[in-house]
Amino acid sequence: MNIVRSHVLVCGGTGCTSSGSEKLISEFEVQLKKAGIENEVSVVRTGCFGLCALGPIVIVYPEGAFYSMIKPEDVETIVQEHLLKGRIVTKLLYEEAVSEKNDILPLSETQFYKKQQRIVLRNCGVIDPEKIDEYIAFDGYKALGKVLTEMTPEQVIDVVKRSGIRGRGGAGFPTALKWEFAAKQPEGVKYVCCNADEGDPGAFMDRSVLEGDPHAVIEAMAIAAYAIGSEQGYIYIRAEYPIAVKRLQLAIDQAKEYGLLGNNIFDTDFSFDLEIRLGAGAFVCGEETALMTSIEGFRGEPRPRPPFPAVKGLWQRPTILNNVETYANIPQIILNGAEWFANIGTEKSKGTKVFAVGGKINNTGLVEVPMGTTLREIVEEIGGGIPNGKKFKAAQTGGPSGGCIPLSLIDTPIDYDSLLSIGAMMGSGGLIVMDEDSCMVDIAKYFLDFTVDESCGKCAPCRIGTKRMHEILEKITSGKGTMQDIENLKALANSIKSSSLCGLGQTAPNPVLSTLRYFEDEYIAHVVDKKCPAGVCKDLLQYTIDKEKCKGCNICAKNCPVTAIIGELKKPYEIIQDKCIKCGVCESKCPFDAISRK
Amino acid sequence: MAVKNTIPFRGTPQQEQELQDVIARYKDCAGATIPVLHEAQRIYGYLPIEVQKMVSEGLNVPLAEIYGVVTFYTQFTTEPKGAYHIAVCLGTACYVKGSGDIIDRIKTRLGVDVGSCSNDGKFSLEATRCIGACGLAPVLTVNEDVYGRLVLDDIDGILDKYLK
Repeated sequence: MNIVRSHVLVCGGTGCTSSGSEKLISEFEVQLKKAGIENEVSVVRTGCFGLCALGPIVIVYPEGAFYSMIKPEDVETIVQEHLLKGRIVTKLLYEEAVSEKNDILPLSETQFYKKQQRIVLRNCGVIDPEKIDEYIAFDGYKALGKVLTEMTPEQVIDVVKRSGIRGRGGAGFPTALKWEFAAKQPEGVKYVCCNADEGDPGAFMDRSVLEGDPHAVIEAMAIAAYAIGSEQGYIYIRAEYPIAVKRLQLAIDQAKEYGLLGNNIFDTDFSFDLEIRLGAGAFVCGEETALMTSIEGFRGEPRPRPPFPAVKGLWQRPTILNNVETYANIPQIILNGAEWFANIGTEKSKGTKVFAVGGKINNTGLVEVPMGTTLREIVEEIGGGIPNGKKFKAAQTGGPSGGCIPLSLIDTPIDYDSLLSIGAMMGSGGLIVMDEDSCMVDIAKYFLDFTVDESCGKCAPCRIGTKRMHEILEKITSGKGTMQDIENLKALANSIKSSSLCGLGQTAPNPVLSTLRYFEDEYIAHVVDKKCPAGVCKDLLQYTIDKEKCKGCNICAKNCPVTAIIGELKKPYEIIQDKCIKCGVCESKCPFDAISRK
Repeated sequence: MAVKNTIPFRGTPQQEQELQDVIARYKDCAGATIPVLHEAQRIYGYLPIEVQKMVSEGLNVPLAEIYGVVTFYTQFTTEPKGAYHIAVCLGTACYVKGSGDIIDRIKTRLGVDVGSCSNDGKFSLEATRCIGACGLAPVLTVNEDVYGRLVLDDIDGILDKYLK
């Protein structure tokens, strides 16, 4: 085996790939060859490091130098200076990772990583996800070996039960209970499924796990299969995640080659095979019964429960379905014990949770924190606060099923139960931060727009009800709403919640209910004053030209797509309000800042 | 209602052969419809009724059911894509950072509506769900090229590159 003196880890997650990390890898290879050190330095494409805002990211070991926002032209400098002469290129380092004395700080001491605890993401950004040997070197498949050779299925379920882990997909159902129900069904064909149909807008935790550590999910599914007595598994994954699909398929092929999937695993009687099924872009397929209907090849419509999937699931056989993040915890629980896991987190929510933090926040990216961490810690410390000196207004968790958490509740510890009690929900882990420029009525409308589009149409409350709610919100944001509309919204929301068939409909009104609960004054401002306080809702805005500042240069009029601006050269121009479509082109083109919106 | 322009189906015998091979491979596999449709869309770029008929006959599944599946899932499209397919992410992270304005700007500039293709077949515009590049929000893609951390003023420059 070739021993190298340095490792260059380049993030190959979707975020960094989109900002050009593939080009970096090929550039590193060229430059290393040019310097004649291609045999001394190894370039590794890893999973996500988490700090997507600063991508593409490169870490050079053994020094642990964390280079951020690297461009292809920087590569030569890193190779020549750092790798050839041993001088770290301080100006390209992530500034948080450099001490006042210009030394490199360990990543665990930077604001972003300090409060994180990585269990699910432990291998992401550390190993090359396309090489099974690297996973095995980090205790990979050891848990499966232990389960198959030392434990009975009952003992496996017992460990998972005592760990207290609850489903990471959103609802927080105890994982061990599902397994127990399925295990108790009479012997015969049973299925193990993995929900990787991460549909919440703004959530990318599961994708990063599959891209960065796919074997962890495969190993966990094999463990689950052993616990319930199944021989066949399916991973249902979004087709929109091409990198994750590719790495997962590669990982499955490698596991088969190593005898870790297939017949008689570890020379026992246990056999397990795994197949990928691609989703096709339907949000409702994240719902468990809809997902199974989709695997069967039909329109992904949910089925009434009971019978629950543990009794009659895929092809009418007992089936368990867990989320990617839930599975990624399982091998660690088996290896370190139930007590270890149960010691992390709060009384009723054990372990850690991965959040995809996005929106108006400095450190956009992926963070994993122990349950019970407060929203303030995530936003202000790990997230590095709000950009451009703006003020925090709300954080949205749980996507289209969740709610908004206002500033007054920013110290709420994040766990399943406290989030539910304030009208939000854990959801799968999307956490979108909003500042004073976000209009809460508009956000509610945005989510309703999403659910109207994604409602499968099977049950009337969701199909018709969400549409009606969306119409009312449309009315309010265009300045035609009345106070009665707000009352109607509340009534509609409550009946949709109580009468819809599946989780999508039952939670669809949450964004409206939670914004009404904490930001009713904004709704009233739209209805009574006909104003959008955040300046978002176009029908309530007016663009005006400041006569003092306007130099009559004609640039705005030339760029206006609907010729709504008139005037004479060198004299103040004017906007004809009836013609204006409020596209904002004039505001962005004006060289004198003379155009403003109110 | 305006009559929609339909571009005539121009499938080649090679494409048909490829599809028949796919069908043969999946024929006996449970739940084959969706994987076969994914492959069919990869081969033809979209799923016009002619392709749906071939899948229906090959898998022995009623055409109504195939059509039901095609229209249910947003990934499947019955409209061809333009030479340049512009997809603007409307995920939450992009939306709060102004991707709604970006899509409006593209619509005005190109005169193409969301979900359709320009008459010359050059541009098609799509509003996508979260593509997961939230760190780069707001994001749009033109075919394989990704443009991130956009501001409104970037749009003209990006489109100019493809208009030439």
